[in-house]
Parts: sequence; structure tokens; C-alpha cells
Amino acid sequence: METKNIIIVGVGGQGSLLASKILGHLLMNQGYDVKVSEVHGMSQRGGSVITYVRFGDKVYSPVVDKGEADFIVSFEILETARWLDCLKAGGQIVTNTQQIDPMPVITGAARYPENLVEKMRAQGLKVDAMDCLSLARQAGSQKAVNIVLLGRLSHYFDIPEDAWQESLKANVPPKFLELNKKAFELGKHFIS
Amino acid sequence: MKQLMLGNKAIARGLYEAGVCFVSSYPGTPSTEITEEAAKFDEIYCEWAPNEKVALESAFGASLAGRRAFCGQKHVGLNVAADPLFTMAYTGVNAGLVIVVADDAGMHSSQNEQDSRHYAIAAKVPMLEPSDSAEALEFTKLAYEISELFDTPVIIKMCTRVAHSQSVVEIGERVVPEKSYEKDIAKYVMMPGNAKKRHPIVEARMKNLIEYAEKTPINRAEIFSGEIGIITSSTSYQYVKEVFGDSVSVLKLGMVNPLPPELIKDFASKVKRLVVVEELDAVIENFVKSLGIKVEGKNILPVIDEFSQNLIAKSFGKEVTAGVTVEDKIPARPPVMCAGCPHRGLFYSLKKRNCTVLGDIGCYTLGAVPPLSTIELTLCMGASIGATHGFNKILGEKSEGKTVAVIGDSTFMHSGMTGLANVAYNQSNSTVIILDNSITGMTGHQQNPTTGFNIKGDPAGKINLEELVKAMGIKRVRVVDPYNLKECDAAIKEELAAAEPSVIISRRPCALLKYVKHKPPLAVDAEKCIGCKSCMKIGCPAISMKDGKAFVDATQCVGCGVCSQLCPKKAFMSTEA
Ligand SMILES: Cc1ncc(C[n+]2csc(CCOP(=O)(O)OP(=O)(O)O)c2C)c(N)n1
Repeated sequence: METKNIIIVGVGGQGSLLASKILGHLLMNQGYDVKVSEVHGMSQRGGSVITYVRFGDKVYSPVVDKGEADFIVSFEILETARWLDCLKAGGQIVTNTQQIDPMPVITGAARYPENLVEKMRAQGLKVDAMDCLSLARQAGSQKAVNIVLLGRLSHYFDIPEDAWQESLKANVPPKFLELNKKAFELGKHFIS
Repeated sequence: MKQLMLGNKAIARGLYEAGVCFVSSYPGTPSTEITEEAAKFDEIYCEWAPNEKVALESAFGASLAGRRAFCGQKHVGLNVAADPLFTMAYTGVNAGLVIVVADDAGMHSSQNEQDSRHYAIAAKVPMLEPSDSAEALEFTKLAYEISELFDTPVIIKMCTRVAHSQSVVEIGERVVPEKSYEKDIAKYVMMPGNAKKRHPIVEARMKNLIEYAEKTPINRAEIFSGEIGIITSSTSYQYVKEVFGDSVSVLKLGMVNPLPPELIKDFASKVKRLVVVEELDAVIENFVKSLGIKVEGKNILPVIDEFSQNLIAKSFGKEVTAGVTVEDKIPARPPVMCAGCPHRGLFYSLKKRNCTVLGDIGCYTLGAVPPLSTIELTLCMGASIGATHGFNKILGEKSEGKTVAVIGDSTFMHSGMTGLANVAYNQSNSTVIILDNSITGMTGHQQNPTTGFNIKGDPAGKINLEELVKAMGIKRVRVVDPYNLKECDAAIKEELAAAEPSVIISRRPCALLKYVKHKPPLAVDAEKCIGCKSCMKIGCPAISMKDGKAFVDATQCVGCGVCSQLCPKKAFMSTEA
């Protein structure tokens, strides 16, 4: 199989490391060669962060370059727009609609662009957008945005539900498993 | 058993399997997780040392005692540890000694982009360079064999993309080789008479290592085409394979010092066009040129920043897709001090007094970005104090009353103490502010000698900063709470005015530490708020303006209350029930 590429983007501290861990675990257990490239350190302090997940028969590069991503999974809509040039023609966007103002917007040096989802759709891009924060709260914790997104992403994969559940179980602390299962379901069955 | 593993964790696994008994490191992105992961094995003694030099010397001591030892650091860490490194090449080791240096091409979290291969060459020490997690594990074990076989420390060079990428590894068993210490003055006491006898041994060892490099399976030629041949290593190898697959020939080097001249000559003779693909400096390329071989490299590839598959494809004249955009003006999202960060209040006070702030490295370096924009210098760890001393010596009264050094607790332990010794000894009228957030924050919360806990989180020795500073002869020492703006302001004013060296300890634990209890988030009373934006001056990510009024994001706010001290209308209220 040709290598498939996923990028996970968001704001430092939003929980992308766990999302990539669960995905990586899942894909390896499906028999793929997998590479996951993460960001640690400086950018975690509220900066823009990107994680790459690649899988296929044999994966070489750990990073996803411009025009290569089959999926953009995004925790924040401005970040979706920022990393859009990574999307492959025909690629799928799965994004949280939450807006988090970056410091230049807070200080008034820049404006937060409006109607980003509409602009993407107007260009014919495939955008699956939803308010993951509300769904996460509904599941029991605003920290579960990452799992809501994964639930939604699972929609686009031909991988059995059991395998997703197994990977969740293997990677989240037992006391949060039920909450995360719920978040996963809410994301998966969200109707946009 | 197959596992998906972070490159740094794979090194830790390699340490475990190689029977390493002692690890001493100082944190630094992208190397930190090696030591954190090693500390999860009960069989390995692990510690955070105050700095890289101490860490490497401690690891050397453990090797001398007869157990395999390890020291890890980021690229600039090896600058600090360079002194013991160079002479260790002379003494050699007892049990195996391996050093990881993690480079950061692209400067994801660093102050420069230096290429550590120069150290291996200059210190005459072998260097291995893995290209993924499986090699990270395998090379770690091999490095110990080389170390003991050739009686030398061995460096493993990582880079951000290998250190922080997960790929599939196969794990094995732990085997612990043991040696005993034997007194050997001629080998270990490097005074001139002995060192003169050791230097020829170093040179002979390098010759033997070249022979090893010619034959080791970690240097391998993948011959597919006679047209293009690429010499490469590390993550660059992965990009080359990504772009070319099996359509070009590749000489993949797992050992980058010393380089194998015969292997390179042989490979060069099999291809028409020879190109070296290496990040940062032209180290391999220059070596190939020194063999009299025609080679390309930095004529088509940059010496700046990290590579990617598209960059390599473009350099070879291949087309790449540009990708779509919907918005030209995407505001940047630089890292910021977290909501509730104790550094914020202190920096606000320094800004208000219009101080000249010579800074250092840590989370507090973010005091240089808008809207605080207070820090005017960041060079290397510890430099704030040395630079302030020199600055004040030259400018005297013009600067003494308004210049401060700011330095974190971990950075002060790392290399600030010696700077303060200079202030105390040579008596500059300098004011030093130690930003004591009770943790090494920037690199992701590592303990240090001032926190009272060791790497495993167990109670440990605790250095009292006030006592330490006083013992150095600094008489004016005071502690402030950075959440209290009035207190900060008074301390800064008075210590700057004093006619002798002084130290202010700004003390409050990092807001992200698990044990720190937060107050409920604040909210703005829209009736009272006049939209004056006074609260926006501190650059808190939890505060923004909505419809002309300040608004607090309750998901971020930790109730520190610094903003409310700035509000002229007392519009901030607690949401406490
Ligand atoms: C020689 C060297 N070693 C390690 C690092 C990585 N590093 C940058 S800042 C820092 C420590 C910061 O801790 P502290 O001084 O306590 O400040 P905080 O981040 O907690 O505010 C480290 C380890 C470096 N830049 N240079």
C-alpha cells in the first residue's frame, strides 16, 4: 500500500501527543509500518504544533510535506488554515471549530480571520467541522477534544471498531477510559 | 516483540539492554526523554546533574568504576561538557561510556544550529548516527561494544527528527557486563608527561577505527543505479529514500566519524554523479573532496535548517506540489508564557520600571516577546549574570540603577553560580533576579538541585538559594512573590538603588506543576469594565477583548489575579461559589 499521511495540528498543550500515540498504536497493530513525528519543547508553550503520522508497507520519512496529507486532523480552526498547504488534492479535513486567539490577535497586532470553514468549502475542500469542545464537555471533560477528533477520524478508516477501542484502552489511564470511550462515540456519530 | 517507539526511548531501551548501570544527564530538547525513559528502569541508576560537564564527568567516574555509563544532552550541552570530553579521548574508558548529543537543525527549541559532528572530529572520538528508532536501539548497543573494544568514549548523534519520531523497534534482553577498577596512573592522570604518551595512542586508535568503519555493516552501499549515487546518514537517508526509493544508489553511513575512505572511493567509482545529502555543515562532503573525488552537496542543498522530502526533491530538479491556502494573513502563533505563569508578574514590573533586562534561557526567555518585550539579551545558559557584570563595569552609574540579570532556578544551578561568584568577587554593582519556579520548566518539568526531589520524584538534597547566595558574600538578598505586583515593584526599585550587589529571588512554583492548587477562574464584570486594556499589558493568553470589554477564557485562567491588580475599575471578580 502506498504510504498514507495524517497531520494533527493544534495549539501546544491541547493533547495532540496522546492522539498520535493512539493512532500510531492502532496502525501498527493493523500490520502497517508506521512513523509518528512529534513536537516537544518550546512550541508546547501555547505555540502552533504539528504532529505527523505516516503508515503503509514501508515508511521512510517521518514528516509530511506540502501537498502530501491525506488527512488534516485539527484542534483549532486557525491552525487548520495555517497547515492547509500540507493537504493533498482530494484530502479530508477533520476539524474542531474552536477558536483560540494567538498572542498577536490578543495584543491587537493581527486579526483572527473570519469564516474559515466557509472559505475552505468554497474552494471545494472536504471539511468535516464540529464543535469538539462541547462534545468533549458532554463526554465529561474538556480535555477529551483529542478523542472526539479521533472518533470522527475513525469514520474515514476501514478499521474495525474493536481495534480502535483496544488502542484507546492501551493508551489512556483506566480511570478515564469510560469518559474517553464516550468522547470517541460522540465524535464518531456526530452529524454535521 | 515489535513496538512503536520514540527515538529517544529507543536509546533508553538500548541502554537497558546494553547493561548500562549509570546515567547522568542534564535536560535539553531534543535529548531529554532518553534520561526520563531510562529512569523508568529500576536496574539503571539515573540522575539529573546540575549541568552537562558534571554529568559527563560523573558518567566517566562510573565507567572508571567498572560499569557501563551514559550521559545525554542537546547539542549546546556538549559545549559545556567539551572540556572533559577532549581529555577522555586520551584516557580512554574502563567500562563502556556512551554520550548522546542531540542536534536541532531547524532550531525547534534551541538558540543556535551547531553541527556536533565537529566535536567528534576535534576530540577524536567515534560517532554513530542512527536514522530511526530501530537503529537508535541497535547503535546504542553497538556503541558500547565499540567503546570497550577501542577503549574510547563513543558519541551517538541524534537530531530532532530521529529523537522525536516514533518508529517500529524489536526489543531484546538485558545483559550486564562488569569490569573492576584498577589503578593506572599513566592512563588516567593526564599531566603532560602522561598525556604525551597517550596522544599517540589516540592517533593509532583513530587509524584502527577507520579500518573498522570500512567494514562495519552500519556503513552500507545500496547499489541500484550507476547514474546517481548519494552519500547520506541520519534522517537525510529517510528523505532520500522517500524521494528516490530504489532508483538511485545510496551509501548510508551509520558511523560518521571516522569516515571510511576506501568505501567512499569504491562507491564513487560506481556512479556517474555523486552527491552528499547531509543537514547543516558540509562535513562528509569536505571529506570526500579531500580524497580528490568530484562531489556535489552544498551547491544544491542548504547549510541552514532541517531537510524534508520536498526540499530534496526540489534540489534534484523534481517537481513538488505547492498545496492550497485560503487565507494570506494567518496570524502567527508564537509560544507564550502560560496563563498563571509566575514569570509574568515579575516581567511586568521590570517593564514598568523600564529596566534593561539581560536574560538567560528558559521559559522566561518568552519575556522577550510582545507585549512584554522586556528581555534584551539571550546568549547561552548562565550568560545573563556574566553579561550584566561586564555591562555594569563599563557603564557604571548609567546602567547600575536600571539593569538586571534574570535567570531561572535550573539555569542558575547550571552555570549562574559562577557568574554570581564573579559579581561577588569583582564587585560589580549588579542586581540578579533568580526566577525560582521550583522546576526546570522549559524542557518539560525536570527536577534540579533546588527542588528537593530527584529524577524519580523521591526526596533528595535541596540547595537553599538564599543561603547559597549569602555564602558567596552577597548581603542584599530578598524573596518576593511574583503574583504580588506591589511587592515586586518595591523590591526592584530598592535593590537597583542599593550601592552593592543584590539578589532578588522571585519565588512561586510553575502553574503547570501537578501539586499547585489553582484558584477558580476570574470573570470580568462587563458593567465595570471600561475597555481600557490595562489588563492586556501582561500578555496573558486567557484574556482577550470581546465587544470592547475584557474577557477571561475560563478554560485557561488559573485565577492568579495579576490582571486584577492592573484594573483601575476592579472589574475582575472571582467565580468562587
Ligand atoms: C547548555 C544547555 N543545556 C541545556 C539547554 C536546554 N535548556 C534551555 S532552558 C533550560 C532550563 C530552564 O529551566 P529554568 O532555568 O529553571 O527556567 P524555567 O524554564 O523553569 O523558567 C534548559 C535545560 C540549553 N539551552 N543549553
